[in-house]
Amino acid sequence: MKGTGVAVAGLSALAVAVAAHAEGQTLNVVSWGGAYSMSQQRAYHEPWMEMTGDEIVNIDQSANALAGLRSQSQAGNVTWDLVDMLPADAMIACAEGLIEPLDHDELLADAPDGTPPSEDFVDGALGECFVASIVYSNIVAFNSDMFPEDNQPSTIEDVFDLENYPGQRALMRRPINNLEWALIADGVDRDDVYDMLETEEGIQRAFDKLDTIKDSVIWWEEGAQPPQLLADREVAFASAYNGRIFDAMVSENQPFEIIWDAQVFELDGWVVPTGKMDKVRDFLYFATDTQRLADQAQYISYGPARMSSSDLVSTHAETGIEMETHMPTYEPNFATAIQKDDEFWADYLDELSQRFDAWLAR
Amino acid sequence: MSDSSAPLTTADGVPLKVSLRRAVRRSKIKALLLVAPLLLFLVIAFVIPIFEMLTRSVANPEVSNHLPRTVAALEDWDRQDVPGEPAFAALVEDLLEGQEARNLGLLASRLNYERSGMRSAINRTARGLRTMEPPYREAVIEANARWGELDTWKIIQREARLYTPSYYLAAVDRQLTPDGEITRAPDNQQIHVSLFWRTFWMSGLITLMTLLLGYPIAFLLASLPLRHSNLLMILVLLPFWTSLLVRTTTWIAILQSQGVLNDVMVFLGVIADDARWQMIHNKIGTVVAMTHILLPFMILPLYSVMKTIPPSYMRAARSLGGRPFLCFRRVYFPLTIPGMAAGGILVFILSIGYYITPALVGGQSGRFITNYIAYHMQTSLNWGLAAAIASILLFVVVVFYMVFNRLVGVDKVKLG
Repeated sequence: MKGTGVAVAGLSALAVAVAAHAEGQTLNVVSWGGAYSMSQQRAYHEPWMEMTGDEIVNIDQSANALAGLRSQSQAGNVTWDLVDMLPADAMIACAEGLIEPLDHDELLADAPDGTPPSEDFVDGALGECFVASIVYSNIVAFNSDMFPEDNQPSTIEDVFDLENYPGQRALMRRPINNLEWALIADGVDRDDVYDMLETEEGIQRAFDKLDTIKDSVIWWEEGAQPPQLLADREVAFASAYNGRIFDAMVSENQPFEIIWDAQVFELDGWVVPTGKMDKVRDFLYFATDTQRLADQAQYISYGPARMSSSDLVSTHAETGIEMETHMPTYEPNFATAIQKDDEFWADYLDELSQRFDAWLAR
Repeated sequence: MSDSSAPLTTADGVPLKVSLRRAVRRSKIKALLLVAPLLLFLVIAFVIPIFEMLTRSVANPEVSNHLPRTVAALEDWDRQDVPGEPAFAALVEDLLEGQEARNLGLLASRLNYERSGMRSAINRTARGLRTMEPPYREAVIEANARWGELDTWKIIQREARLYTPSYYLAAVDRQLTPDGEITRAPDNQQIHVSLFWRTFWMSGLITLMTLLLGYPIAFLLASLPLRHSNLLMILVLLPFWTSLLVRTTTWIAILQSQGVLNDVMVFLGVIADDARWQMIHNKIGTVVAMTHILLPFMILPLYSVMKTIPPSYMRAARSLGGRPFLCFRRVYFPLTIPGMAAGGILVFILSIGYYITPALVGGQSGRFITNYIAYHMQTSLNWGLAAAIASILLFVVVVFYMVFNRLVGVDKVKLG
């Protein structure tokens, strides 16, 4: 079996890493919590703890990871050992010297067939200080019980169509994704979205489109809120991280459907706070190898950031359903996907957030 | 003659004055030592952080720290045209050094607050530096067009000062032009002033609600026999001891459109199933939940004041022929004013500072300025702006407190 061969190769590489490893330390790992942290716990924290006797402490602070890193570094006492964050935040943290630059080919495991990491990870997965572990997606999901069977929404335009698809919408309280979706729903080609948003007319057009549904929107801030709001039938649509919706669908049998139209996908992965490299080197090697990333995809519908992992993705660990069709990177789901433009948002986030807040307040 | 002018001395010959002074000093030191832990705690946990916050709201070290050569090169620049080669060469040198030390991020963020696009101008230019050859002027402008704009340089020169009013201006929806004049922020970016007002009037409304609800309860508590009032007091205190988060989320379960209250009303036929009321994720949610949460802070001071009003006053008023309402209005009510004022100031100041409850149940329209302090601390990472907003809030609270002290007196505040 292919899986066994890979496992053996992975284990022998590990034996080297483990031999050099100090026994029984505590690693403070910062991540997002919820179904995502659970997938990390099952796929690599637990095997690692069993193997080395280390203790891994999960800290659910990734939503404020950059603020946390900055204040810890200013206070001169960094207590986090490994942090899961978005590439945009990683870019800022890297420029501020809060996290370590990474030499990917030296630090990370090769693919089972010997491909070096720099060629095995998907495009954009390896930043100066960043190594991605997953591809996740911002999608809009709906509660299929709230629409008649012959009139289920299927496109991003439907989210903005109050007439045919009435009900409250839950959107994340930030400009990212919402402005992109507004433009697409208004007929802008998805390749032109970020160019449009660099112009005043484009921004205005996006806000005008959002205006049409503003009175029917509940703005959420925590990743756990949208599945909850959908389950309570407080809202008909909710923007969300696709893994959270998947988790609610399979673990709680919620009648949710994901609209894969115009999903905004992005990467997420590890950074090492400055000075912590020696402590986490072995774990980072372990947690980003081909098998571990494939394992993670058994627990949550986030695509592995390594190409060599994709072939190993199989079924959901608990329910046995085929994972492939639930992945953001699955061909039909991916057809109209947009990659979040980190540079655009690095430049305009401050300004557009303020404008977005002012728009909300009016 | 000489005897009477000689100073009095103690038995061991020390002048009495000196001896007395020593004794006083000793007891002073003893007293100080007793409160020293508290003083130290106050300084560490209160004075220093507030001082830090006030400093941070005006501190502006980024440009002068990270672009020292550029700033120096701009010293005798005429501000009429984009500066010449020396300024660009200095910029390149500064950026190279910053990139080496990996601390350009703070500078990029700081300048990006003043002018969008500066973050990428700095980061992208810094990335391309290694391959650049002098003369730098063309190459740098080529790398990013922002460097060819006059305003960019005016802003760099302006922000070279170690202190800046920008954060305070931003907190009241004003901004500086590149030439340093104060203007209103564009309409579509004005947000903080209206939030300040909303925070104040909603806090006032919440205070009023707690007063209206709390007054009869406190009156009941104060007039019932002790064994009954103790039982009632438990009912007031029990929610007080329950976690804030639990009480807040309970209100979500009760008020949401598929929640308990709407369900009951639909069941009773008061409203139609498709016309459920939206009672949460808006101002109503904030007012209801916060009134409930802050109610004990009103009841307790009121109760403690009412408890001290002898019942004989009302009986005397009645025996003099006053009707019940008149007696209440002329005798009882004025005596409870200190309690109302104490409860009012407590509830008002507490509600100005609340942010978890508005964040959870307030939706967009029920948010307070404090939510934006949290936002700028945790998400936008504009700590200077957060500090400026917080300082303004602190100032308002201090003013309220002083007015209260003048009108009522702080010594009147009692909590049970």
